[in-house]
Amino acid sequence: MTKLDAKIPEGSLAEKWTKYRSSVSLVNPANKRNLEVVIVGSGLAGASAAASLAELGYKVKVFCFQDSPRRAHSIAAQGGINAAKNYQNDGDSTFRLFYDTIKGGDYRAREANVHRLAEVSGNIIDQCVAQGVPFAREYGGLLSNRSFGGTQVQRTFYAAGQTGQQLLLGAYSALQRQVGMGNVELFTRHEMLDVVMVDGKARGIIARDLVSGELERHFGHAVLLCTGGYGNVFYLSTNAMGSNVTAAWKAHKKGAFFANPCYTQIHPTCIPVSGDHQSKLTLMSESLRNDGRIWVPKKKDDPRKASEIPEDERDYYLERRYPAFGNLVPRDIASRAAKERCDAGYGVGTSKMAVYLDFAAAIIRYGKAEANKRNIHHVSDEEIQLMGKEVVKEKYGNLFDMYKQITGEDPYELPMRIYPAVHYTMGGLWVDYNLMTTVPGLYALGEANFSDHGANRLGASALMQGLADGYFVIPYTIGAYLASEIRTPALSTDSEVFVNAEKAVKDQIDQLMNIRGTKSVDYFHKKLGLIMWDKCGMARNEAGLKMAIAEIQELRKEFWSNVRIPGEANNLNPELEKAGRVADFLELGELMCKDALERQESCGGHFREEYQTEDGEALRDDEKFAYVAAWEFQGESKFELHKEELKFENIKIAQRSYK
Amino acid sequence: MEGNLNLTLKIWRQKNAQTAGKFETYQVSGISEDMSFLEMIDVLNNRLIEEGDDPVAFDHDCREGICGMCSMYINGRPHGPNKGVTTCQLHMRSFSDGQTITIEPWRAEAFPVIKDLVVNRSAFDRIIAAGGFISVNTGNAQDANSLPIPKDDADEAFAAAACIGCGACVAACKNASAMLFTSAKISQLALLPQGQAERSKRAEAMVAQMDEEGFGACSNTGACEAECPKGISIENIARMNREYFSSVFTSK
Repeated sequence: MTKLDAKIPEGSLAEKWTKYRSSVSLVNPANKRNLEVVIVGSGLAGASAAASLAELGYKVKVFCFQDSPRRAHSIAAQGGINAAKNYQNDGDSTFRLFYDTIKGGDYRAREANVHRLAEVSGNIIDQCVAQGVPFAREYGGLLSNRSFGGTQVQRTFYAAGQTGQQLLLGAYSALQRQVGMGNVELFTRHEMLDVVMVDGKARGIIARDLVSGELERHFGHAVLLCTGGYGNVFYLSTNAMGSNVTAAWKAHKKGAFFANPCYTQIHPTCIPVSGDHQSKLTLMSESLRNDGRIWVPKKKDDPRKASEIPEDERDYYLERRYPAFGNLVPRDIASRAAKERCDAGYGVGTSKMAVYLDFAAAIIRYGKAEANKRNIHHVSDEEIQLMGKEVVKEKYGNLFDMYKQITGEDPYELPMRIYPAVHYTMGGLWVDYNLMTTVPGLYALGEANFSDHGANRLGASALMQGLADGYFVIPYTIGAYLASEIRTPALSTDSEVFVNAEKAVKDQIDQLMNIRGTKSVDYFHKKLGLIMWDKCGMARNEAGLKMAIAEIQELRKEFWSNVRIPGEANNLNPELEKAGRVADFLELGELMCKDALERQESCGGHFREEYQTEDGEALRDDEKFAYVAAWEFQGESKFELHKEELKFENIKIAQRSYK
Repeated sequence: MEGNLNLTLKIWRQKNAQTAGKFETYQVSGISEDMSFLEMIDVLNNRLIEEGDDPVAFDHDCREGICGMCSMYINGRPHGPNKGVTTCQLHMRSFSDGQTITIEPWRAEAFPVIKDLVVNRSAFDRIIAAGGFISVNTGNAQDANSLPIPKDDADEAFAAAACIGCGACVAACKNASAMLFTSAKISQLALLPQGQAERSKRAEAMVAQMDEEGFGACSNTGACEAECPKGISIENIARMNREYFSSVFTSK
């Protein structure tokens, strides 16, 4: 077994990053100009890394499959971004953010990385404000905060329900500034299809120009994958249609270990599936749980409308089960609780696979507060309603509009119907403290890596991690590697390794095009999604996972013999793009099941039915499973498990309780 | 068959930028009211694939109205008949059984067609690269709360910053002007204290790039504002003009 070296710096937890930064190797400005960095993906991690590295003087190339870097799916993040600023004077601190994140992750994350994340969280807010990101503010002109799940302080910064959009546009602006200055070369509508390896190091990529269909070779002294998560393995998820695992999976097949693939976040509040036509699911931000109360009827199969069910016949099950955190328990817990109620027959709506998220109480509460603020006495119920709705609209207006568009129902009048959906993947490429994968020169940032969220990510922490990695971590840690690469000249892309790598990619494309079967790519993707959702979704068990592995292998065979890709490979061909991505999902899905099978405990987003407490809570096994599972690819269906032991030196590891 | 809408679709088909395009007519049946417009196109495409035809190429990604990628001109209006929604958030309950729907790409010289309904909008990226930013390198920032910004200014900047860069404004404009897009970014940064240092340079550079890309001028028709899925106000154009002229007239 390879020994995984996480390269965690010596010293006390709070000093590690400071000491590291002051002692890491530097690259002088003249040398930076000759060092080329390839960045794949232009979301929060990719755009912020590209801008920051270009500012430092490196030669940067950025690739994205969309028509503009601004489309990356970070744009869709709604609720907010955490930072330990303690502007609210409510007891927040770097340590508390660190602690909440480790605990929220069910004690399956690496302490040193998470502490660093908490340390730089405040700098992110400063940087974004300086860029002109219009965060929500109070009347005094200072920044506003709200609460998110799994915490008892208000540390979430936000811009209405469009925080991801505003942060990404900030990073995109910084990136475009460097593009304009000629420091970054931008390749839109390009998809990375392989990593090029020279003497065991990552030295570039093969990318396909999606418009012309041509394959291109690009050299880099280092390659950064900022390519997001793999939630679309489930077909239905809150991810964008194009979100995929291809870059990470190709890297995996070139030697990068894949860590904790079974850790998937199922988000509790999404709009339920409406039919077989469904192409994606839409999130209703966790911030709604600040004000919305989740409930189901106390009576099974209650046929009444929500408004006809009196207060004492409603079961506010999160408030009942978890009085300390109530509706703001972490996502994994809220999701499982919703599934439990629906499975037990208390679900609502036509499918009975939904619960209510109700704003009626919040509307009245805000209406009364508003009347007081405006000094209006003898106010009627209607006026309170009206003023309350105005406040709710200001906080969540875009989300309510979206809900109405999709369902045709007005959430100001009726409670929302919601159900959990796949949202985020905590697993990803294994990286060390430097964010380098097990392949030298190949880095993974943001959701594409596994490092900070353990088995469950807390709300408003994905934006924090993406930007931390890109703005404040990689600019330092990449020096540790590139300082020793200053004598490596840029390799000609006419060299044999590049030619061979391109040929391998072309062969796979030809193979796909030549199948000429009868079923569309979506047919296979939907089938894979169902297997994953049923057997490797919110609850897993040994028999189901074994069955899933067999089914996926079978489906993969069928895909490679019967998929139909129309058109040609030498021009824009979205079906060919999808086919390549689904081919990779069909391999990843198997590894996810394998990892879930191996982890004989329940933790965070990974819930094994065999391992639960009497009252249905996740039952961890710290003696046997306090490790990161890092899988090495060894050929089709063959993966070797390597373990990185997790040491908790600064936190007392305990059964997670939100009661 | 998930629903009972039967529709006639007239869709612009064009192999690539070099070839001329034309409308093709397709029938779709059994469409559910709960489908999004793009899911309806998915149904058509799936059928085309199974019948051995080339599916309709169209841009889309997040399908929740925020990435700005979807871009269909539906029955003569960018993003279709409803106010304040993108194509991906348009649902089939807005159409009736038996209706004919005409679907075209954005039409503007600065947005050349790539294939079918897909156009090239990279001109927008170049306008931002010309000046749509605040020049602050990573690590240069002071504490976020050291600069209080009046809530109204922050809210107004946010309203301008909500632009998703989809290009509906250009598609709606008879002059194919990009002024609503450009002015939204100029406004966001002009309204904030952080944006003051580069204020005049920014307006000049972005307007120059906009002209260079071949977008038309503004003749105050207001179609851009009417069709913008994010409700970006035409007041931004007035602000941009003020920024631009005050810069040009006062430049040293």
